[in-house]
Amino acid sequence: MQDLNWVALTIFVLLFGFITWLGFAAARWRRGDLDQLHEWGLGGRRFGTLITWFLVGGDVYTAYTFIAIPALAYGAGAVAFFAVPYTIIIYPIMFLVFRRLWNVCSKHKYITAGDFVKGRFGNRWLALAVCVTGIVATMPYIALQLVGLQVVIGALGISGTGLAADLPLLIAFVILAAFTYSSGLRAPASIAIVKDTLIYLTAFVAIIVIPMQLGGFHKIFAAVPAQKLLLAIPGPNTTGAYSGYATLALGSALALFLYPHSLTGILSASSGHVVRRNAAMLPAYTFMLGLLALFGFFVIASGVDKLPEYAAGFKQFHNNFAVPALLLHSFPSWFVGVAFAAIGIGALVPAAIMSIAAANLYTRNIHREFINKNPTDKQEARVAKLVSLIVKVGALVFILFVPTQYAVQLQLLGGIWIIQTLPPVMLGAYTRWFNAWALLVGWAVGMVAGTAMAIAVNLTNTYPLSIGGHGFPGYTAVYTVILNLVIAVVLTPVFNAMGAARNSADQTVAADYYH
Amino acid sequence: MNGAEKKRGGWSWWYLLFVIQFAVALWPPLYNKAEPAFIGMPFFYWFQLAWVIVSAVFTAVVYFAVKE
Repeated sequence: MQDLNWVALTIFVLLFGFITWLGFAAARWRRGDLDQLHEWGLGGRRFGTLITWFLVGGDVYTAYTFIAIPALAYGAGAVAFFAVPYTIIIYPIMFLVFRRLWNVCSKHKYITAGDFVKGRFGNRWLALAVCVTGIVATMPYIALQLVGLQVVIGALGISGTGLAADLPLLIAFVILAAFTYSSGLRAPASIAIVKDTLIYLTAFVAIIVIPMQLGGFHKIFAAVPAQKLLLAIPGPNTTGAYSGYATLALGSALALFLYPHSLTGILSASSGHVVRRNAAMLPAYTFMLGLLALFGFFVIASGVDKLPEYAAGFKQFHNNFAVPALLLHSFPSWFVGVAFAAIGIGALVPAAIMSIAAANLYTRNIHREFINKNPTDKQEARVAKLVSLIVKVGALVFILFVPTQYAVQLQLLGGIWIIQTLPPVMLGAYTRWFNAWALLVGWAVGMVAGTAMAIAVNLTNTYPLSIGGHGFPGYTAVYTVILNLVIAVVLTPVFNAMGAARNSADQTVAADYYH
Repeated sequence: MNGAEKKRGGWSWWYLLFVIQFAVALWPPLYNKAEPAFIGMPFFYWFQLAWVIVSAVFTAVVYFAVKE
C-alpha cells in the first residue's frame, strides 16, 4: 500500500472532528424530550423541506453507493447505469404512496411500518413479519457502510496488522455509536448537511476537472471497451439484458422505501406536503449519482488500475478501490482529504439512520408487542437506544471477522427479502381488501422462493426465468414479489370464506390518508 | 367515501406524467444506442441523465397541479 498521506489524513480527521461535535450538539437542536421514542427516533417529526431533503438524500445515496456504483461501471459497464432509472422512478412512488403513509402514521403516532401494518390489519404476526424482515435486511446494509469507510481509510495509506489495522474503523464506529445514542435522529440529520455539501463539492469538481485532464468525454468513452459501452442486444427468444436492466431498476425502486431507514427519514418530515415537495427536489441527487457512475469510465480511461502504486489497493478492495484510486491520482492531497471525508461521513449518516430504524422496529413491534406491553415513554426510549448500539456492534463484528463478500451477498438477499413487505405496507396504504393471513402466507412464500432462486444463481441478482421457451432474465426480487402478490390475492377470498378472523377492526379510516 | 374525499385522494389525470416517466425509464430499447452522441457522451448516458431532469419537472408540475 502507498505511504501515509499526511495532508489528506489531517483534513479527513479535522472534518471527522467537526461532525463528531455536530453530532453531539444536535441533541439540543429543535430541542425535544429525548426520553420519548418519537423524539429520539423520529426527531419529533419536525423536519422541514430542506432538512428532509438532506436526510432522505443521506439515506438513499450512501457511501457504499458512491463506491459500488462506479465500481460496477468500471467492472461491468453500462449495466451500472440502472441506478439512474432506479432513482428516477422512486420519486413518483414517494409522491403517491409515502405521502399517504406519512399522513396515516402521523395521525396515529405510528413510528414504524410494523406499527402501521398492525393498525391497518390488526394482526400482530403480520406486523412481526414486517418488522423482522426490516431488521434482517438492514443489518448487512449497515455492514456495507462500514466497508465503504474501510476502503477510504485504506486509501489514506493507513495500514497495519491485527488490532492496529482495525483501529481507525473502531474509532469511527465509537463516534457513530455515541452520537446516535445521545442525539437520536437529530445527529444524522445535521451531519447529512455537511456530508452532502462535501459530496456535491467533490462530485462537481471531479466531473469538471477529471474529463479535462483526460482530454474530454470523447476520449473517455473511446477508451471504454465496446461491450461495456452499451447493454448487450438480446438474442432471439429472450429479453436478455433489457429485462435485466429494467427489472433491476424497478425492483430496487420498489424495495428502497420499504427499508426501515427510508421510512424513518420520511416519517420525520413535518408534513405530507414536505414529503411531496421532496419528491420533486430529490432527483438532484439522482443526477449526481449518474455523474458519479461515469467515474467508473474515468478509471478505465485514466489507467489508474494499471499503476503500480495502486496495485495493493485493488488487490485488497478489488473494484471498490477504483474511485479512491481515481481521486488520489487526479487531485492534490488536501482535496483528496475532503473527498474521502465526504465518503467516510457518507457512511456514518446512513449507518446511524439504519441503526435507529432497526431499533425503532424492535422496540415497537417486538419488545412492546411481546415482552413489555405497557412501557413508560422513558423505558421505551431506553430500549431503542440500547438496541441501536447492539445493531451496530453486530455490523462491526460482521465486518471485522467475516469476509466482505458475505456482507455483499446478504445485502443482495436483503433487497429480495424487504420487497416481500410491499403488499401489506404499500398496497396497505390504499386498501385493506387483503386478508392478513393471506398476506402472511404470500410473504413467507416470497421469502423462501426468493432465497432459493438467489442461491440457485450463486447469489447474483438476475434469475434466468423462462416461460414457454422464451427467456425473461430479471431481478429475482421482482419475480418473487409478483408470486407473493398472486398468492395473497388468491388466498384472501379462501381465508375469508373459511372465516379465518377478518380479525379486529382497521384502526384507520379513509380520511386519515389525506392530510 | 363521499364526493369531496374522492376528489382529494383519488386519481388525477396529471398522474399520467408519472406513467410516461416510468415507461420511458424502464424501456431500455428506447435508449440503448450510441448515436446521437452529445459532447462525446453516447446517447445511452446523456439521454438517461436528461430524463432525470424531465422527470423532476414532471413531478414538480404534478405537485403544483394536484392540490391535496
